[in-house]
Amino acid sequence: MSRIANSPLTAGTRSLIPLSSALPWLIAIAFLFGLPVVFPSGSALTIMNQMAITIIFALAYNMLLGQGGMLSFGHAVYMGLGGFFCMHVLNWVENDGLWLPLPLLPILGGLFGLLFAFLIGGFSTRRAGTVFAMISLGVGELIAACSIIIVVFFGGEEGVSGDRTMGPEFFGIDFAQQQEVYYLSAVWLIVSALAMYLFSRTPIGRIANAVRDNEERAEFLGYSQRNVRWISFCASGFFCGIAGALFAINFEILTEENLNLATSGEILLVTFLGGVGFFIGPIIGAVVFILLKTVLGLYTELWALYAGILFLLTVMFFPNGLTGLIAMHVGPYKRGRLGVLALPYIKMVGPLMVFILSGAAVFEILFHSREAATGEGEMTLYGLTFSSHGILPVAVAAGIAIASFLLLHRLAPQLREAWDAANPVDRRS
Amino acid sequence: MSLFAVNILDGLVTGLLLFMLCSGLTLIFSMMGVLNFAHASFYMLGAYFGYQISAYVGFWPGLIFAPIIVGVAGALIERYGLRRVHQFGHVPELIFTFGLALLIEELVQFIWGKSQKAYEAPLALDFPAFAIAGNSFPAYKVFMIFMAMGIFLVLLYILTKTRIGMIIQAALSYPATVQNLGHNVPLVFMGVFGVGTAMAGLAGVIAGPVLGTFPGMAFQLGSIVFVTIVVGGLGSLWGALVASLLIGWLQTFAAAYNVGMSDLLIALGFEKPLDLANSALRDLWSLTLPQVGPILPYLLMVLILIMRPQGLLGKRET
Repeated sequence: MSRIANSPLTAGTRSLIPLSSALPWLIAIAFLFGLPVVFPSGSALTIMNQMAITIIFALAYNMLLGQGGMLSFGHAVYMGLGGFFCMHVLNWVENDGLWLPLPLLPILGGLFGLLFAFLIGGFSTRRAGTVFAMISLGVGELIAACSIIIVVFFGGEEGVSGDRTMGPEFFGIDFAQQQEVYYLSAVWLIVSALAMYLFSRTPIGRIANAVRDNEERAEFLGYSQRNVRWISFCASGFFCGIAGALFAINFEILTEENLNLATSGEILLVTFLGGVGFFIGPIIGAVVFILLKTVLGLYTELWALYAGILFLLTVMFFPNGLTGLIAMHVGPYKRGRLGVLALPYIKMVGPLMVFILSGAAVFEILFHSREAATGEGEMTLYGLTFSSHGILPVAVAAGIAIASFLLLHRLAPQLREAWDAANPVDRRS
Repeated sequence: MSLFAVNILDGLVTGLLLFMLCSGLTLIFSMMGVLNFAHASFYMLGAYFGYQISAYVGFWPGLIFAPIIVGVAGALIERYGLRRVHQFGHVPELIFTFGLALLIEELVQFIWGKSQKAYEAPLALDFPAFAIAGNSFPAYKVFMIFMAMGIFLVLLYILTKTRIGMIIQAALSYPATVQNLGHNVPLVFMGVFGVGTAMAGLAGVIAGPVLGTFPGMAFQLGSIVFVTIVVGGLGSLWGALVASLLIGWLQTFAAAYNVGMSDLLIALGFEKPLDLANSALRDLWSLTLPQVGPILPYLLMVLILIMRPQGLLGKRET
């Protein structure tokens, strides 16, 4: 195929973008634009907006972590700075008559993020690994602490707020509706995701991978590892700024919280949960995490504890994240052996669910017995109402958890056997 | 002058406290190449265990048992968590310790709640030790100074004069060779991790009553600890000591002297703008030293990294 395309007679006749690589994007576009039709409610739109912003942020973060091998503990800063700047721009539009249609605002946010990434990257990208991580943490804390001191820009404790609807109308849209903001975010999500994907395919994106894998070798090939990192860092800062601008448009307020370590840590969690080795990883991570945060957050106050446990287990057992877990099954699928795994999986699903639910029940009962107001000893869990005080409920839940864990432990060899059968060792290699 | 002396002592207390954390952290780092992000979380665990034990049997048993519990917990985490992640490389290790820090904070909130605990210094040390021109200096702080110095001397003695210290030092540079000589290097690593976290726990036990025992204490001190070892030079014990004292004094003096930026600007010959409330530079004019105090360590770190990337006493960039 490629030989034909390269021959002088047919050169240039090959279609510029093959359909097979454009198809996932077309499906994604159709999916994004179909979503509000399926979920038109306000709360669903809020969650989807949040997801769009987190996806852009996580993808930009993964440009560093996954593609460049740089672990940043202060990446909220670039998103936050872009957002704060956009908030000021919105206020200029409102008060000083600056002419700027709202959909173009993310470009400004991106440029502001790029500016700071350029300045800070100048000294922080000299080294990768631990040193880079420490510098990013220090700079992040520095700017987060500055937010209380530099009141003109950061607005002190109450932050900076504005109104997105005061600008010129964009083809008759004033973005007062949540749905209009969703479509704006969706368009920017597609544009930035595509741009970041294409960036990873450019020579500089490839060299960033080379520097990640072996900086010395890349240096011997003639590439300055520092400059390669710096460029990746700037590109990442740009897209973080876009995410910040969308945050400003969506929530119309930015505070110190957008800059601090908790936000930076959260995006690391999101990206790693999804899988840093895959382009699609941060997207899956963001969707799962926001769902976890909002849906689980409705039911329990302990969601952050569960998220922390999930994160730690991911780091220990699935260093490639959720996407890596899915990708593990591509091999068996191609060999047509996925069926071998089906039975052990079905056997494990029941005990696993029981284990997770009963384990969570132990935490919930203990938490309730300590936090509930005096006189409110009753709690409802999984449709059962009982008194959370006393040893019996905890003992029952813990007993079920231990029993289901032992069952899982006994079923594990079967799964391993099936896994080996589904992934035969390749004799040729 | 008397205020100056009091600040010197206060800064010494802060600096030595920082050093108790930094020494363990830097030892672990130079040995395993892993920067333990959760180090300050062990400090917090030390404070909470100390509080819990002191609630039943008093402060002194807590001073002994809380660090031991923390050290054992640290060793177990090294054995069953960190060693497993080690095979994936340094960045996953760092991410693991970061996740651990998050989880420990959540667990502490789950067990002890979100509010500050009333962890008090023992009555036996609740008296002013001496006074400098009317400023009394509490005996508990004197105890803290001696405690931290004692720990440092013991550590220095073990590392430089004993057989175990020799093995540790050798394992720092040539783990494979030490292993070939018949020493159990993974056990040494586990032991160093345990001792390092136990020291962080001890720092927590003695700092808890002074700095407050609350779930945010780990992250509050944690980032300063990292700044300190970066400033001192990653992996350098003496660098950690110098940087800890430097940052301790920097913070104490910045908090004590209320020098305003406006004084400085006027002294430099600038004129104060008339309607300050609307001026874009109003933050610059109203800036005071105590306000800037918390960010000074970070500024110092950025400056050090630009001028001398290996840190004050570090030998090479890692």
